[in-house]
Amino acid sequence: MNENAKVIKGRTGDWEMVLGLEVHAQVASKSKLFSGAAVGFGAGPNEQVSLVDAAMPGMLPVLNRFCVEQAVKTGLGLRAQINLKSRFDRKNYFYPDLPQGYQISQFDQPIVGEGVVSVERDDGTTFDVRIERLHLEQDAGKSLHDQDPNATYVDLNRAGTALMEIVSKPDMRTSEEAAAYVKKLRTILVYLGTCDGDMEKGNLRADVNVSVCRPGDYEKFRATGDFKHLGTRCEIKNVNSYRYIQQAIEYEARRQIEILEDGGKVDQETRLFDPTKGETRSMRSKEEAHDYRYFPDPDLLPLVLDPAWVKSIEETLPELPDAKKARLQSQYGLSAYDAGVLIIDADRADYFEAAAKGRDAKLVANWVTNELLAKLSAAGTEFSNSPLPHTDIGQLVELIENGTISSKIAKEVFEHMWAGEGRPAEIVEKRGLVQINDTGAIEKAIDDLIAGNPDKAEAVKDKPQALGWFVGQVMKATGGKANPGTVNELLRKKLGVE
Amino acid sequence: MAIDAATVRKVARLARIATPEERLEPLAQELNGIMTWIEQLAEVDTDGCEPLTSVVAAGLPLREDVVTMGGDPARVTSNAPKSINNFFVVPKVVE
Amino acid sequence: MSLTNLTLKAAIDGLAAREFTSVELTRAHIDAIEAARGLNAYILETPDKAIDMAAKSDARRALGEAGPLEGAPLGVKDLFCTNGVRTTACSKILENFVPTYESTVTSQLWRDGAVMLGKLNLDQFAMGSSNETSYFGPVTNPWRAQGSTKALTPGGSSGGSAAAVAADLCLGATATDTGGSIRQPAAFTGTVGIKPTYGRCSRWGVVAFASSLDQAGPIAKTVEDAALLLTSMSGHDPKDSTSLDIPVPDFTQFVGKSVKGLKIGIPKEYRVDNMPAEIEKLWQDGIAWLKEAGCEIVDISLPHTKYALPAYYIVAPAEASSNLARYDGMRYGLREEGANLTEIYENTRASGFGDEVKRRILIGTYVLSAGYYDAYYLKALKVRRRIAEDFDNAWTKCDAILTPTAPSAAFGLGENSNDPIAMYLNDVFTVTTNLAGLPGLSLPAGLDANGLPLGLQIIGKPLDEATVFSVAGAVEKAAGFTAKAEKWW
Ligand SMILES: [Mg+2]
Ligand SMILES: [Zn+2]
Repeated sequence: MNENAKVIKGRTGDWEMVLGLEVHAQVASKSKLFSGAAVGFGAGPNEQVSLVDAAMPGMLPVLNRFCVEQAVKTGLGLRAQINLKSRFDRKNYFYPDLPQGYQISQFDQPIVGEGVVSVERDDGTTFDVRIERLHLEQDAGKSLHDQDPNATYVDLNRAGTALMEIVSKPDMRTSEEAAAYVKKLRTILVYLGTCDGDMEKGNLRADVNVSVCRPGDYEKFRATGDFKHLGTRCEIKNVNSYRYIQQAIEYEARRQIEILEDGGKVDQETRLFDPTKGETRSMRSKEEAHDYRYFPDPDLLPLVLDPAWVKSIEETLPELPDAKKARLQSQYGLSAYDAGVLIIDADRADYFEAAAKGRDAKLVANWVTNELLAKLSAAGTEFSNSPLPHTDIGQLVELIENGTISSKIAKEVFEHMWAGEGRPAEIVEKRGLVQINDTGAIEKAIDDLIAGNPDKAEAVKDKPQALGWFVGQVMKATGGKANPGTVNELLRKKLGVE
Repeated sequence: MAIDAATVRKVARLARIATPEERLEPLAQELNGIMTWIEQLAEVDTDGCEPLTSVVAAGLPLREDVVTMGGDPARVTSNAPKSINNFFVVPKVVE
Repeated sequence: MSLTNLTLKAAIDGLAAREFTSVELTRAHIDAIEAARGLNAYILETPDKAIDMAAKSDARRALGEAGPLEGAPLGVKDLFCTNGVRTTACSKILENFVPTYESTVTSQLWRDGAVMLGKLNLDQFAMGSSNETSYFGPVTNPWRAQGSTKALTPGGSSGGSAAAVAADLCLGATATDTGGSIRQPAAFTGTVGIKPTYGRCSRWGVVAFASSLDQAGPIAKTVEDAALLLTSMSGHDPKDSTSLDIPVPDFTQFVGKSVKGLKIGIPKEYRVDNMPAEIEKLWQDGIAWLKEAGCEIVDISLPHTKYALPAYYIVAPAEASSNLARYDGMRYGLREEGANLTEIYENTRASGFGDEVKRRILIGTYVLSAGYYDAYYLKALKVRRRIAEDFDNAWTKCDAILTPTAPSAAFGLGENSNDPIAMYLNDVFTVTTNLAGLPGLSLPAGLDANGLPLGLQIIGKPLDEATVFSVAGAVEKAAGFTAKAEKWW
């Protein structure tokens, strides 16, 4: 049995869930996939609509080169097969926000074939999700149902926007894995710059395919590739947050198990997640099964890519999260955990690398992933907008490294830095936080302490663990500025502790 | 592969063309006549034959990612059966 | 001689020689159109616009800025979208549609100085071969059989264009051809029509019927006029992904060029059952004329010819079923009432489309639906490949192909309208070039026993309209066809 599959206890025995995702990622282009209308958020109704998007008679599609490039780039980032010949097909159905009466998509010859994404679980372990394909397609418009009780308002601004549909194999076994996969995919897309990853605006959204099976069935499926070993799946459309993805999956798996345990049969259908109720419900259930009548779009010719162009795109690929993580570990000696935190976005890793130049990298990583990250998160901002430049963190660590301040003082300095009081060195100077390395001053403090506490000074010879009390007292007496190393060393000598 | 009234009903629904019950049978016969004539295609040996989707031998031309259109919602909705505030107003959609 | 009797070339020469103005020429045509309303060739007359365009044309000429078609009044098939001028595809579903844009082909004609007289009738969405499927009623052919007053079809779908040219209601007209819709009407009306190589003329702004087959072209009074118009209509359009980025020669220079030494293929498969003896004779005449002009006649075989029509009746309806999905009553066009959204769609489309359009949408939907795609649609695409290969083989033996254009002369209105397959067979000689994307030209070459015009077709290699025009010029010269429909309207 796959130990990563979470067993769900049922009345009739154990169950497992099997999850596959279709992620729709909006291409970060200026204009639409097949028309020169602008892509953007917040424009007035139908302001970003061309005659092509509105499917006026005689209008024809012309493909956006940039969108093709982004699809190729993404495919390369997913370590996937780039298909030098692909084709656009029409998917036919009627809906008021689908102006042409068909969506231009790629059916049997997508631009990108099989690939793989390596995903980290929360506990730091990793698993692979196989990518089945990536294809380019048009988004639909937007229907507003709440403007009028008797009518629907249609805004086509979104119609024709380029989407990359990234289809995974059913390789996820828990709702956490599904969310972690989307997170990782999002990270890769944002690294590549092919999608802005803004889930709130719907620029990245997932259709989740959920089915349940008995323990052991999934392994049979993996061994044979035969879907008959898996249960009937339901597709939950357009879920646009990690939390909703998890909630929708948990609800849906439980719903299916209940049906099966009652002796029923799961219907293959499309469902919607209702976040207010935390439930999924059937969509267009009364309609006849769809028959999309896919066929090659006769307005478009086969898309043929020049291998040299693909190569030139490959050469511009940025360092991707997995490679960056491995490099941060090997180059800076960071732990997998720290490296993992740093690569969540490229700005964070860049910030770290800039701050770490010429310093103790592990120390820098600690400051970046703990103190600074906490402050930025609390302020709801990103490393790219950090009020503290990387040179400040660098300088702070430098002050620790050269013994000017202790780590403890550094925390205080950091608070002042965050409050906007200036560069770390200025703060240390202004506030007199410079570490006392002067042996004479420390010796005097120790002598005073021993003189005032002769019994304790005697006792510590048998109980060396009590040394900590002396250290604390000396630090207190020096306002925390004494160099802890020197204090320790002198105390041992004067108290005669080995 | 004879077309019957039920097939016509299904196809007409897919095509969103209202077809009265009494027209289904006559339409089925009419379409059958045409499809029977078409079925002579089965005589043609097409083994190993690549389907011809377009006579244009070139690859798909690509355009640059530049905004050249839009910005005129009134133009887009000028022929609309109904529009309000630049929205198309359509019959109530129940999801 | 009236101004409307002029050929396009003669009219342009007359304008250039300041023998008359474009306003005078246009006015003469407007009067002729008004007097010929019984033919139902125009479904929308735009006299004010025409006079305005003509006056501007005269002003340009006065400034010495005359374009190649400067001042020439033309008719436009109502499948071409015209900015601010109602465009219907002769369907109720677009009865009140006014485009805010101009098709590439027509805008090139206006760029070259032409004047628009109005919009011409056609079979609804270009689906038909007799102009009887038009929502605005059929067009009557200006030609009648000798001693008869029976109304004949001008053919279709470009029946309005062909009738208007034949009746001197314009100097030339735009048309489109998906299976023969330029050439068969040209043959039925004693006019010249050419469907160029697929991709020569932009499809942008032309209401789509079957995208992989649709091609615009002119209908004109002479081969030279057709060459003039096609030169202006052709050219690369970045707005149409299937438009060919290849230079367009001045096609007129090939008309009148010697055809000596050209090999002309005669396909044996075009000798069909029940073909009238007069058509067979006309074909033999054509062969003799070309032989005399120095051509070498070679027998060729296009073995898959008989499968072209059945393949076409899969491919064209399949594409049409999808192309016409946009006529749904949501953003423009007719919207009918209904109890719910699905009913509104269904009622709108049932009421907005005519019977032939619905028939083809149903066939197209059926052949693309689950379980039938491979057996019908994919099979048809493979047969289409075989038909294209037939021509590829033929081009190793000949430079152009000579065939009859249509299997009969113009027939009576209503005669074939109850038998779809009989109607479809009108395109048996023309549809092959649409499937293979080749240029095909029809020109009048003789009259049948009833005094009705008959056409011959010249098929060329891809992009070789030049040879097509040369051969057509030679046939035109030898045939000496000067007959005109006697004016009865
Ligand atoms: Mg999907
Ligand atoms: Zn999709």
